[in-house]
Amino acid sequence: MDAGRPDVKRHHGLVRLTHWLHAIVLLGMIASGLQIYVAFSHFGPRGAPYPNPLDGQPLPAWARLGGWLAGGLNWHFALAWPFVITGLVYLAFLVWSGEWRPLLFRPRDLGPAVQMQLYYLRLRPTHPPQGKHNALQKGAYTFIVLLGALSALTGFAIYKPVQLGWLTRLFGGYELARYWHFWSVWIFVGFTLVHVALVLLVDPASLRAMITGWYRGRFPSHE
Amino acid sequence: MSERAAGLSRRDFMRLGLVAPAALLAACGWDGGPLIEPRLRSISRLNDWVGEKILLSPGRLAPEYPVAARTAQAQFPAYSITRNRTGSFPAPPADWALEVGGLVRAPTRLTREMIEALPRVRYTVKHHCVEGWTAVGTWTGVPVSAVAAMVQPNPEARYLRFDSFDSRYYNGWDLTSAMHPQTILAYAFNDRPLMADHGAPLRLYSPIKLGYKLTKYLTAMTFTRERPGGYWEDQGYPWLGGV
Repeated sequence: MDAGRPDVKRHHGLVRLTHWLHAIVLLGMIASGLQIYVAFSHFGPRGAPYPNPLDGQPLPAWARLGGWLAGGLNWHFALAWPFVITGLVYLAFLVWSGEWRPLLFRPRDLGPAVQMQLYYLRLRPTHPPQGKHNALQKGAYTFIVLLGALSALTGFAIYKPVQLGWLTRLFGGYELARYWHFWSVWIFVGFTLVHVALVLLVDPASLRAMITGWYRGRFPSHE
Repeated sequence: MSERAAGLSRRDFMRLGLVAPAALLAACGWDGGPLIEPRLRSISRLNDWVGEKILLSPGRLAPEYPVAARTAQAQFPAYSITRNRTGSFPAPPADWALEVGGLVRAPTRLTREMIEALPRVRYTVKHHCVEGWTAVGTWTGVPVSAVAAMVQPNPEARYLRFDSFDSRYYNGWDLTSAMHPQTILAYAFNDRPLMADHGAPLRLYSPIKLGYKLTKYLTAMTFTRERPGGYWEDQGYPWLGGV
């Protein structure tokens, strides 16, 4: 069905590089973070715990990186460098190239996002017109950048709760910052599962585009 | 051309699909091995440098809490290497005194009475454990900086080493953190004399360091030129341990 349709250059090399780098580094951050978590698998002040479905649960060894607490800490604090630097390089590229425009979710995307959701729910027969990304994708890709920022900032807040006390207070104190840091992990995991499922089910050609940069699928760029 | 590109991408995808889970499996409980683990420790030293030279502010005080915010004493954990091995907390030698020396002009030996006669600081602060828990407690003691003023360290002294009678537990400190106004040699916890569980007769305390840096059961405080390690630090824990 795509015969004769030319490939379109979709992703700059820097976007592809930072995408896959982040995928690998985030995997290591999560696994080493879970290793740190098992040293004290509770949240909240002593005697006043916060709700935690995984409270006191031992996590399987395959999900952990580091072997013991110090190993987990050293992996986590080493990988934090490429995690933050890769994120900043990606954001700087978006700003420099103007690529942020088709990615940033703005209030005017709310209506199209509803239409897109109706289409996915098969309550609307035709795929709504879209640019490089549809409104739901914009929402997702804006959200994931904010989630990345949240996980990095809550991480710094619990890394130096006295020296960076202003940041720790911003998240409601050390115990809450640690809580949000932990929840950002599961949102990352959930996002990634949905992200991969949608790529494979809806638009597998976009996977190739994220590897080679070239897209030849159902939703060519309108630019 | 595009067919070739498609083949390449499929192969890349296959590689990713095969390599990533294999790498993940190999990583189970992996500290990095002889190749990567030393590099992780080098990065940890870089993080120590950032923590000490950029993030640590010599005058910034940790927030104090009202006494009512204290953690119930039974809920305030107390660790000791000796206790982990034998089941009981270590007992001090009968003639206990703190040796203060190293690269100083006037080395000295301080008994508990002499230490309690020095200027005292009392604060209620939050304790941060490397494991992730926190607890609030009140600590009373003499600032390390006041003891340092007594013995007059030489200019070449760059670190402080704290030794204990708890199975050779020890810690090395940067001088900036050691001279911080809230870094004290504590002899009282929650307004009662320090007991064996929290490091009696004397322990190091500071709200700007993680708990494993706060040497309990002190025997000596030594100014050094070379950077001392530490019981856990030698095994891989971050050396600075600042919060």
